[in-house]
Amino acid sequence: MASSITSSSSRLFPITRESQPTSHSTLNFSKFASFSSSSSASGSKTSSYISCSLTRDPSVLPLEEQSKLSNGSVLFQRPDSLGRFGKFGGKYVPETLINALTELEAAFHSLSADEDFQKELAGILRDYVGRESPLYFAERLTEHYKRANGEGPQIYLKREDLNHTGAHKINNAVAQALLAKCLGKKRIIAETGAGQHGVATATVCARFGLECIVYMGAQDMERQALNVFRMRLLGAEVRPVHSGTATLKDATSEAIRDWVTNVETTHYILGSVAGPHPYPMMVREFHAVIGKETRKQALEKWGGKPDVLIACVGGGSNAMGLFHEFVDDKDVRLIGVEAAGFGLDSGKHAATLTKGEVGVLHGAMSYLLQDDDGQIIEPHSISAGLDYPGVGPEHSFLKDIGRAEYYSITDEEALEAFKRVSRLEGIIPALETSHALAYLEKVCPTLPNGAKVVVNFSGRGDKDVHTAIKYLKV
Amino acid sequence: METVGLSETFTRLKKQGKVAFIPYITAGDPDLSTTAEALKVLDSCGSDIIELGVPYSDPLADGPVIQAAATRSLAKGTNFDAIISMLKEVVPQLSCPIALFTYYNPILKRGTERFMSTIRDCGVHGLVVPDVPLEETKTLRMEAKNNGIELVLLTTPTTPTNRMKAIVDASEGFVYLVSSVGVTGARASVSDKVQTLLQEIKEATTKPVAVGFGISKPEHVKQVAGWGADGVIVGSAMVKLLGEANSPQEGLKELENLTNSLKSALP
Repeated sequence: MASSITSSSSRLFPITRESQPTSHSTLNFSKFASFSSSSSASGSKTSSYISCSLTRDPSVLPLEEQSKLSNGSVLFQRPDSLGRFGKFGGKYVPETLINALTELEAAFHSLSADEDFQKELAGILRDYVGRESPLYFAERLTEHYKRANGEGPQIYLKREDLNHTGAHKINNAVAQALLAKCLGKKRIIAETGAGQHGVATATVCARFGLECIVYMGAQDMERQALNVFRMRLLGAEVRPVHSGTATLKDATSEAIRDWVTNVETTHYILGSVAGPHPYPMMVREFHAVIGKETRKQALEKWGGKPDVLIACVGGGSNAMGLFHEFVDDKDVRLIGVEAAGFGLDSGKHAATLTKGEVGVLHGAMSYLLQDDDGQIIEPHSISAGLDYPGVGPEHSFLKDIGRAEYYSITDEEALEAFKRVSRLEGIIPALETSHALAYLEKVCPTLPNGAKVVVNFSGRGDKDVHTAIKYLKV
Repeated sequence: METVGLSETFTRLKKQGKVAFIPYITAGDPDLSTTAEALKVLDSCGSDIIELGVPYSDPLADGPVIQAAATRSLAKGTNFDAIISMLKEVVPQLSCPIALFTYYNPILKRGTERFMSTIRDCGVHGLVVPDVPLEETKTLRMEAKNNGIELVLLTTPTTPTNRMKAIVDASEGFVYLVSSVGVTGARASVSDKVQTLLQEIKEATTKPVAVGFGISKPEHVKQVAGWGADGVIVGSAMVKLLGEANSPQEGLKELENLTNSLKSALP
């Protein structure tokens, strides 16, 4: 299967240019029968790893294999065989789930080398999701950031909003649904905050004929009623979660509890690069197509690489999807933007990487927002998708080693960007994405003339108009 | 009075041909003074070890009953320092050892070493942490050992045999066998998989094994003891009585009644 991508990194997710009509699944699911739960499977951490010599991405090889590679780049073990990014990550879950996580990891590595799986997935991404998404030169935004002397950076938008369902979330949902089918699981569960990941999951379950249950905080269900309707229309059952603060973190906890109880029949489609290993790695790999396409498109458009990448960070999936391809390119700046809500000193924000401390939440060691007793705090952001008190462990790692920079944007600044980009480019951004776009106000004045900035346009804002209506005079 | 630890308790009971009765309650539900009374009631009714849960905002391994208890307790303002103060007062009045049940983040927040020495100082003997897998227990086990705390590890029906062996090898105090694939909460019956699992574990270790999750009735207790368990753990059934009673006094009375009926089903 030819691929015209020149990237030296992973073939986990090849992007094919030939048209390969696949009107039905060509996958032979029976060869994965051995992945169904079996308590006689060996459980030791070294023997359960399936050595996959076809996986060329150095950052997902086990420790022993990585040291043999000699391509000269600094090899971050991202993650190592225990699922750690430095000290972050891991699998802090009840023992009941450990075997399922081990099997999931083995299945993922095996499928990433499986040509049939990759072909099927590439076809779905192309014909159902609508990839590849354009890298769009934002002419009027670029003009807006020109300084008095006519100099300024060039702004490009990576249009994940143009994907089916209107956000990047579908990349991961589609791949995990396919993986679940390979594992023989017929029941899918997911958590959702704003409803975008829930909608993406309900979408793929309809597409693949899988039973779908989405856990959503009762509070979130009220503020995102439209998405609740969408999920139900797509055939999913939306279960309200009343425990704790009745928001995303509680929905995630409840989804994990369901998985603990139904692990033998159920696959949990976690929506971000958070949670226990292998999720942070898997979800990153499924979104990595964003960065891979960007590299190719940048080469085509200006014959070089981006200088700066900017993305909003809630759990961190769209950011990792864009960043991953470029982590080893030290001349590319990685900027993540979190939600500062009412302000960093207000106590009402979701700026985990700025104000949080290291702890364990939902299976991973990472920065998180907690009180003096180690209880998890309810965060605040006008955008439900950024309203998570934790953050993916890989982001915590990239921050600590200084590879990526993280800032935050208030509700107010995000709303201004929401309006500004609608006016200047005729594209209504999601409120989450608006945080990344708002950061342009701060960074553009500092960038040299002609610097190429790519903002991950993670989603469209149609879902947010009824929220914006309360705050904006138009 | 100075109590003996978990392993010693089991050793003593074994000599007497008895099975340990281990109730669990959540600290601070309905309030800490009721918890203090409940500990005394459970002790005087003949509990052999008592598990005390530290309420947490995101209890992944717990079902609706214990979740609700944690939420109520936290809403009342229960915090770790308050629980420790209460224990400092109550533990000297108890004849049986206490094991704390807590999620990992509150331990990390304090610092593992400080956490262990703090709980040791108020006379706690054991610790159960349900969201730390074997691979991540190194620091916990080291600090527990340094402070004379027995760290109990859990094994479940989905744990492959090799892994179960590694777990039972590392567990201190006793081995916690989770009876079912799921979270805490009373169930209609105990899966007979428990019988096979008990046998497998006993082939791998001579350490005592206590079974927990889902056990709520005398029939369950009798069945599990009959299968060879060295101890039975009863949580949600206790928590529900105490937390949902019309008054603390009523709750304590019902707690006493349940404890007596469960104890009488045990050898």
